[in-house]
Amino acid sequence: MSKYLLGKFLYTVDRDPELVERYREDPAGTVDWWERELANKILNCTAQERSTWLEFTEEERRALRAQDHVALFEMGAHPFLTLTLFIAMFERDHGPLEYQKAYGAALKDMSLPYPDIAT
Amino acid sequence: MATVAAVIASTHHPFYYRASTSSGPERPPFADEWVAKIEAFRETLTRARPNVLVMVGSDHFHQLWLDNMPQFLVGKAPYFDANWHNEEREFGLPRMTLRGQEDLSAHILRNGLDADFDLAFSNELRIDHSITCPIITLRPQADLPIVPVYTNIFAPPLPQPKRFVQLGRAIRSMVESWPEDKRVAIIGTGHLSLELGGPRQFGEHGPDPEFDRKAVDWIASGDIEGCLAEVTLDSLHRPGNATHGFMDFMLMMGVAGDGAKADHVDSLDLFHTMEAYFTWYPDGVPA
Repeated sequence: MSKYLLGKFLYTVDRDPELVERYREDPAGTVDWWERELANKILNCTAQERSTWLEFTEEERRALRAQDHVALFEMGAHPFLTLTLFIAMFERDHGPLEYQKAYGAALKDMSLPYPDIAT
Repeated sequence: MATVAAVIASTHHPFYYRASTSSGPERPPFADEWVAKIEAFRETLTRARPNVLVMVGSDHFHQLWLDNMPQFLVGKAPYFDANWHNEEREFGLPRMTLRGQEDLSAHILRNGLDADFDLAFSNELRIDHSITCPIITLRPQADLPIVPVYTNIFAPPLPQPKRFVQLGRAIRSMVESWPEDKRVAIIGTGHLSLELGGPRQFGEHGPDPEFDRKAVDWIASGDIEGCLAEVTLDSLHRPGNATHGFMDFMLMMGVAGDGAKADHVDSLDLFHTMEAYFTWYPDGVPA
């Protein structure tokens, strides 16, 4: 399991307006493309200087393709990254704060201690 | 030598800008009370007549990322651009550019390293709402040069709470030893209890009003010892999963000093989180 790579997906998609729309419209295609093209890109390096070893587990791929924020929380993905990106994708379909409250309600079965988010 | 004209600790609420500038049906019912409290808070900085601002905050995964994560970082640059696309998108925050006070940054870096704080630095730092929110609330004309100091309250493993207090004490002493005849305000923002991306987010109040009451008391009375006796990296999970931002308040308690009672204390119970505002005048309340 790679909490780091889950975070890297959420982080790189969230900061790119085109990728936010692409992930909203085509979650599975975007996850597959991202893992192929960007998972091993070191963010502060040139394209040639890539990592060689980063990949999602099947469970992680499933959670990202399904945009399943509860599963991402359970896997220890950083909750701030997940929340920020999901608000960007889905708040527009709801009334004021409606999405944020529903997002929290979907996590109601989580109790302390929450999954560890350390990477 | 420089004078510490004011020490200010505050929550940073990214919704303030939109709430305070909206009108008509868009304006939330709590906006007027919030604006009145902020204007009174702003006056506490204005009357201190600062020339320079040291601004303590924490990057929210904007420029700093997990492939290269500093614990404490000082920005040293002639200018700092501010606010990010996703802060514009979610909070409606404006883009800004602030001047830097490079010689004070250099002084803090050199003396911090010599005092056993292995500070990271950045010569090109785009700052985020942890620093621009207090600019918007306390100095909206954004006319003073700044020294940004970033802490890691966000990406574990985190430094211990006592380390935040120690760094705060060191920043106070380093500002006081800066050989310039300037009035420096040291401003830092953090959180009381806060939950982000978890089941307790966006409730009627902050996730743990009891923690919030206690925290306000610790800060207002300068009870560093009492606070350190109760607050640990583990304990901060209980009030809410983003409550580690309280350690920036602990840093500011270190700046204000042991037993230093705040000269201005105010709070506002909002949905999602409690706001809290504190000002100390180390040299007495300005006329």
